[in-house]
Amino acid sequence: MTALREDLETTCWTPVCSYTDLLPERGACALVDGRQVALFRTFDGVLYAIGNHDPFSGAQVLSRGIVGTRTGEPCVASPMHKQVFSLVTGVCLDDPAVSVPTYPVRVAADGAVEVGAG
Amino acid sequence: MSRLVVVGHGPTSNRLVEALLAGGFAGRVTVLGEEPRPAYDRVALTSYLAGRSVEDLTYPVPEGVVLRLSSRVTAIDRDRRTVTVADGHVEPYDVLVLATGSSPFVPPVPGRDLPGCFVYRTIDDLDAIREAAAGATGGVVIGGGLLGLEAADALRGLGLATHVVEMGGWLMPRQLDEGGGAVLRGHIEALGLTVHTEAGAKEVAAGPDGRVSGLVKPDGEIIDAQVVVFSAGVRPRDELARQAGLEVGPRGGVAVDDGMRTSDPAIYAVGECALHDGMVYGLVGPCFTMAEVAADRILGGEAVFTRADLSTKLKLLGVEVAQFGAMDGALDVTFMDPVGGVYQKLFVSDDARTLLGGICVGDATPYNTLKPFVGRDLPGAPSELLFTGGPANMELPDDAQVCSCNNVTKGQVCAAITGNGLTDVAGIKACTRAGTTCGSCVPMLKRILVSSGVEVSKALCEHFTYSRAELFDIVRVRGITTFSQLITEHGTGRGCDVCKPVVASILASLGNGHILDGEQAALQDTNDHFLANIQRNGTYSVVPRIPGGEITPDKLIVIGEVARDFGLYTKITGGQRIDLFGARVEQLPRIWKRLVDAGFESGHAYGKALRTIKSCVGSTWCRYGVQDSVGLAIALELRYRGLRSPHKLKSAVSGCARECAEARSKDFGIIATEKGWNLYVGGNGGFTPRHADLFASDLGTEELIRVIDRFLMFYIRTADRLQRTSAWVEDQGLDYVRQVVLDDSLGICADLEAQMERHVAGYADEWRTTIEDPDKLRRFVSFVNAPGTPDPSIRFETERDQVKPVLIPLEAVRS
Repeated sequence: MTALREDLETTCWTPVCSYTDLLPERGACALVDGRQVALFRTFDGVLYAIGNHDPFSGAQVLSRGIVGTRTGEPCVASPMHKQVFSLVTGVCLDDPAVSVPTYPVRVAADGAVEVGAG
Repeated sequence: MSRLVVVGHGPTSNRLVEALLAGGFAGRVTVLGEEPRPAYDRVALTSYLAGRSVEDLTYPVPEGVVLRLSSRVTAIDRDRRTVTVADGHVEPYDVLVLATGSSPFVPPVPGRDLPGCFVYRTIDDLDAIREAAAGATGGVVIGGGLLGLEAADALRGLGLATHVVEMGGWLMPRQLDEGGGAVLRGHIEALGLTVHTEAGAKEVAAGPDGRVSGLVKPDGEIIDAQVVVFSAGVRPRDELARQAGLEVGPRGGVAVDDGMRTSDPAIYAVGECALHDGMVYGLVGPCFTMAEVAADRILGGEAVFTRADLSTKLKLLGVEVAQFGAMDGALDVTFMDPVGGVYQKLFVSDDARTLLGGICVGDATPYNTLKPFVGRDLPGAPSELLFTGGPANMELPDDAQVCSCNNVTKGQVCAAITGNGLTDVAGIKACTRAGTTCGSCVPMLKRILVSSGVEVSKALCEHFTYSRAELFDIVRVRGITTFSQLITEHGTGRGCDVCKPVVASILASLGNGHILDGEQAALQDTNDHFLANIQRNGTYSVVPRIPGGEITPDKLIVIGEVARDFGLYTKITGGQRIDLFGARVEQLPRIWKRLVDAGFESGHAYGKALRTIKSCVGSTWCRYGVQDSVGLAIALELRYRGLRSPHKLKSAVSGCARECAEARSKDFGIIATEKGWNLYVGGNGGFTPRHADLFASDLGTEELIRVIDRFLMFYIRTADRLQRTSAWVEDQGLDYVRQVVLDDSLGICADLEAQMERHVAGYADEWRTTIEDPDKLRRFVSFVNAPGTPDPSIRFETERDQVKPVLIPLEAVRS
């Protein structure tokens, strides 16, 4: 698994679950430092982490959306009003002025999924 | 190199610069703006008070432009060709454009300079009004025109008891006649505003603190107000032009020719400061056209500005108001609905054939459909056009203007469609700008798109080129059981929130096991994934099945106990069931366990599936009942429970013709007769209500069930995504559906019945299956790394003795 950020060494990693806890193309939410992080495992096995807060409805629900692709880019549709967010950049593809945070995520040697919040 | 200087930076100036750069202007462009911020959308100014940010309203500054803000120009030296800014800066020009706009007119009322008096023009004005409103209770707007009503809306939005004072006999006297003004007044008063007509301002009164305390009317009445907004018209800002000796009109405005050139050939004027053919324009459409004409001329073109259309359509305080064409004519036709608050009037020529103009209040449909016919033969009798909202299939002439904001004709739209192979409104907007400013012409654009013979794609989404019905056949005929196989062999990418639920529904209809088994789990929308309905704060509601609405006291008590123990809000639904709201994901399995143990099962309220079959009490209890409606409703609900379909399905059984179960508003409804059952299909509540059509009469119970089996399966196989039975029946034609379902014209009825039999035989309760499967249960947590922790963002308060969500404040989101 490749890291999403260069500043690996300075990132503080929090283990949240095992890789097999995540269903392919489905999300789960983890609580990291009081923040809600939506984790996704895409079809090809790559992990993504974005904020769980849906900026359009205000609810913490993005982990419960449908995962898919838009012109090849992995994305999730909010389960509330279906705005689609890129899993790579956190940008809302339906309204690029809106975005959610992204977080680094990796699988450690023991198979644990770790979220970086540093 | 040529140096172009624009004085003023508002929407018109911005459009001019855009047009110049798009046209390849090679010189240096300098814009001198008086405000401390770049040009913003003044039409949407009021939305700023409602929370929209300045950034949202601001136009992007095109690259390659030198923009100097806070630069008020004080003088033009036409001999040296320079302009001087208040800070002493001197800017030389070869071509100068005046886009100085207008300033609000403040009538000479005593007290008009007191603190608490405002105009409504800039972001700074709005900031000042908002600040003054903070400690105020009442506000007055002087001027009941378009802008005045907008200002009144803003004051109301700031929580002030708001009065509108209009000198004329009615509101919006420039756009409406007396009748229209009266209807508009009714709407506005219903919103809690107070309207004073034929009233002026004698004096703005001051309180002991020296601030505004009220407005004194000429009749002596004092309106209590701490905020007074003057919106009594605008005056062109022509002082620079006057000082430089340019020709101006007797009532103001920099005189320009058809090419927007002033009396000095090196100087142009555009927008609200320009006077063309004796007219000053205050609407965004004509101002944008002026900007484009001037840009074209500067680039060496020969564009001409002709008298502009002053048609207006807007939504003021939620009320549609529109005016187009002339405001009088030899004949007129009025449609008036005082209850609905609708006033529509058409002005026509003396032979009643040519449309001259119209006025609409409360419903502006005629504006959209009839405006392009101004000056032309009417496509029907005027009264008919008003009553029906316009003919369905009228052919617009090519030179008819469809977008007046951006001056786009039907011919230009059609040329863009064919020239660029456009297939949607977004494409038309990008190519022609039509529909990008006020948006009122978008329905017209859609109609042009369809009538130009564009094949509107049936593709479900970017991942499948097939319609839902085609996908259903592919899955059924090829025996496909997974999404992966389907998309690999017949689609592209990895799906989305459109195609995945469709495929999930198809797989479920064809009996592929529990909807959360294996890969199917990833296809489900959140409701199906959690077997409950997501609500606005991210909690879920749970609806157990209560077939036919019949329930024992013991079961009622269990629902009450569960709701009490989990702190849920309870409500009887419209479909004779009980909805339990406010459950967190981690509570769902425990709630279901209690319900399942008491003999309940999932009501599928979360799915595009059979919901309820409502019933009256029928012949058992009712002295009018002729058949056992409860017994039939329960039998049907148990037969079709869990049946997944393109849209949710609702039904009802009434025990006699009095129709207490409201069966004719359902997808399929049954009404008892003395001789058996009448079956109705294609009914619909919801957004577009439709009464169901009689499909077959006096059926015996067995025959009835066979017909419903066939009808439902035929619908499930062939309907579009999210197409309700009502639209599907209209699409297919009732007669055709009858031929297929009753006469078996396609020879598929045995197959349809067999498919329904498989569904009935294969039914299992989804809640029970889930709580018995530890793998599935592990998904029901708020946090994968803290399974016992509830989501701390979900909080409740109490209202009428029950919980209600504390809503999370929305961060500023772009609209």
